[in-house]
Order: sequence, then C-alpha cells, then structure tokens
Amino acid sequence: MAPKQTPSQTIGPYFSYGLTPEQYGYDYKQLAGNEMSEDGAERITIRGQVFDGNGDTVRDAVLELWQADSQGRYAHPGDARGSNSDFGGFARVGTGTLAGHFYEFGTVKPGAIGDDQAPHITVVLFMRGLLNHVYTRIYFSDEAAANGSDPVLTQIGDGRRDTLIARREDGADGIVYRFDIHMQGDRETVFFDA
Amino acid sequence: MSETKGFAPRDWDSHPPYLHPDYGSTPLRAPTKPLVILPQSLSELTGPVYGQDAVGPLDHDLTRAAAKTGEPNGERIIVAGQVTDEDGRPVPNILLEVWQPNAAGRYNHADDQHDAPIDPNFLGAGRCVTDDDGHYRFITIKPGAYPWGNHFNAWRPNHIHFSLFGPSILTRLITQMYFPGDPLLGLDPIFNGVPAASRDLLVSKLSIELSEPEWALGYEFNICLRGRMATPLET
Ligand SMILES: [Fe+3]
Repeated sequence: MAPKQTPSQTIGPYFSYGLTPEQYGYDYKQLAGNEMSEDGAERITIRGQVFDGNGDTVRDAVLELWQADSQGRYAHPGDARGSNSDFGGFARVGTGTLAGHFYEFGTVKPGAIGDDQAPHITVVLFMRGLLNHVYTRIYFSDEAAANGSDPVLTQIGDGRRDTLIARREDGADGIVYRFDIHMQGDRETVFFDA
Repeated sequence: MSETKGFAPRDWDSHPPYLHPDYGSTPLRAPTKPLVILPQSLSELTGPVYGQDAVGPLDHDLTRAAAKTGEPNGERIIVAGQVTDEDGRPVPNILLEVWQPNAAGRYNHADDQHDAPIDPNFLGAGRCVTDDDGHYRFITIKPGAYPWGNHFNAWRPNHIHFSLFGPSILTRLITQMYFPGDPLLGLDPIFNGVPAASRDLLVSKLSIELSEPEWALGYEFNICLRGRMATPLET
C-alpha cells in the first residue's frame, strides 16, 4: 500500500533553540538566519509584523524566505541556469526577539525568474496554533508594471491583491520594504496552496 | 522545463484542518478564507538545499551535543527511520531538525515556565541529513510530558518536534513524533486534530532491531512527504 503523507503538526511555542538558536541567544549554531547577501547586489531590508484575528501581534511565529538571487536564479539543481554560489536563497527568523514582535530580513531584491512572473519571494509561515504552515508571497511596490501583468497577482481580486505587495519605505537604514501578515480579518493575507 | 515534474497536492485527508477549536490557539490564527491555488512555477519546484556538510558530527546525538558535566538525565533512546515520498521512493540528502523537552518535560526556553528542572547537560535540539536511502538516526533522551494550559489539567503526550525540507519548498513539513501506547494521546487536542485514519502515522514504533543491547531502546518513525505528479507541468 502506498504510504500516506505524514500529517503536519504545529511548530508550537518552543522552536527557538531548535530552529533559530543564535537569534534567541543559545550557544548552538543555526543553519539559517535572517541575512542573505550577494556580492554586487544591493542590500534591502524586509520587515513587518504578524497579526492574529484580534489584531494582536504574534510573538511566536517563524517566517522562512525562499527566493532567487538578484539575477533571478535559484540555488537549486531544479534551476538549470545554475546560480550564484554564494547566495543560498533561504532565510529564517522568529518574531520573538525584536520590540513590537517585528521580524526583519536583510537580503537582496530577487530578479525576475524568466517566466512572466514579477519578482517575488516565497514565504513559509509557522506558529503556535497553526496546524499546517501557510505559504504566501512578497511582491514589491516599486515593480508596478511587472506586478500588473503577473499571472498570480492578476487572478486575485482587487480587494486582496495588496496583501501580497511589500510597501517600499526607505529610511535611515536604506531600502526598506514593509510586509505585514494578517491571519484573519478585513486585511487577511492571501495564502496559497500549490 | 518541460521535463520538470510537479508535486502532488497536500493530502488534506491526512493533514489537520487549520481551525480545530479544541486546540484553543487555532481560532484566532487559522486562515478564514480559502487558500488560493498557485501554479507550480520554478519558485515552487525549487527549495533550500542542505547537504551532509551542513551538520556537525554531534548534531544527531542530543545526549552528547550539549553535555557539560556528564550525561543528561533520563532514558536514552534511538529514534530512526526512513523518509520517503508518497510513491515509496526514498528522499535522500535532506535536512531534518528536531527539538524536544528534557526527561522532566521542560523545554530549555525562556517562555517555558513549567516547574520542572532544566537539565544542564541537555539542550534538546538536533539535526541530521538523510543518507542515500532516505534513512536518518538520532540519539536522544525520551522527552517527558508537560502541562500546557489549553484546558483544565491539559498535558501534552511525550513528543519530539520534527522539521523537514525535502526536494522543494512544497515538501516542507513540520510535525511531531509521538510514542506508542501513550495514554495521553487520546486526550490531546493537537494529536486529535489529525483525521482519525491518519493519527497512527505520527506514532513511532518500538523497534527491537533499532535497539542496542545494554544501551538504548530504539523507536522507528518513518516520514512520508508529498510525491511527484505523474504528468509534467508547463512552467
Ligand atoms: Fe512540544
């Protein structure tokens, strides 16, 4: 008999020393942190908060990013073009260490991957109370033309499309994109199943 | 990209629903709108790669990785198994990360205020990468049950948290492994959020073959990730 998919379970509240130990101050090496860098590509910051159905910030969520490099290439054998070897494309952070339960990533803006999609980053989100992870995507507010013809964005109704677009808000710390995630409510983020 | 095969969908007969009110943290955190179906583009068919060089020599042995003055307290166990996909194919060279409380049921985490002792020789975190046949193996301490406040006298059954990658970001999985015969399983809203027919998939089996004489009992926990689709996708 063919095996069945192992059921998902919540990450629970105590993931920190297992998944994000250095961020939370444990003496244990972490495999993924909140910084990705690529030689010659400009650093951007992506930051935001996660809100529950009461509008309260979530302090025990984990966000993971999966993205292409600045040339739109993935560091994975499935991308036949090969990739920039020093850019792994994956980062992870918990919301429990910054004031206001912000998350923050330093990375580079991904290039378009060469199909008709606008530049985007895949987000995987886990938290206590979430029995299956959710997927969403970060698009960029300064890519209006590409966003306007993106096949994923254009299939989403006007009322919800903005939940996927990170708003550029440059500040003293350079290029900053703000991306909040709402689990529920009027501004509930679009979550994907693929 | 015409030869690239996509991944079979998440099996919602096996996974728990997002909203499961007996687990009191779900009602304010479960998405309320239907998930939007996303075509599987290169962004979905790729994912993070962590090979054998990513893990340290003691990362798979939680009884030694954080030992300072001696061995951690509790019952030493071996937890091992095979990661396959839905077609039974082994999933080689993928990262597994685990975390758990100590033998007293206490997590080494500032938010865990359970009145049980921290073990100075036990952190409770480990990782390893599957071999060419999809096999993995950890050495650890059997985790204790702990109270969690979900309802009156609520106790989590013994469990180990597992995080896996797999061949793409779509095969990402975080789950929990339980122990056979645990009488708390029937009372646990998180375990019982899983459809009844699939709950056994989360329960490890005592394995005398994996056990080592005079040293440690072995528990087998096999993990199945999303399979491939039969038909190639256009990307
Ligand atoms: Fe737990």
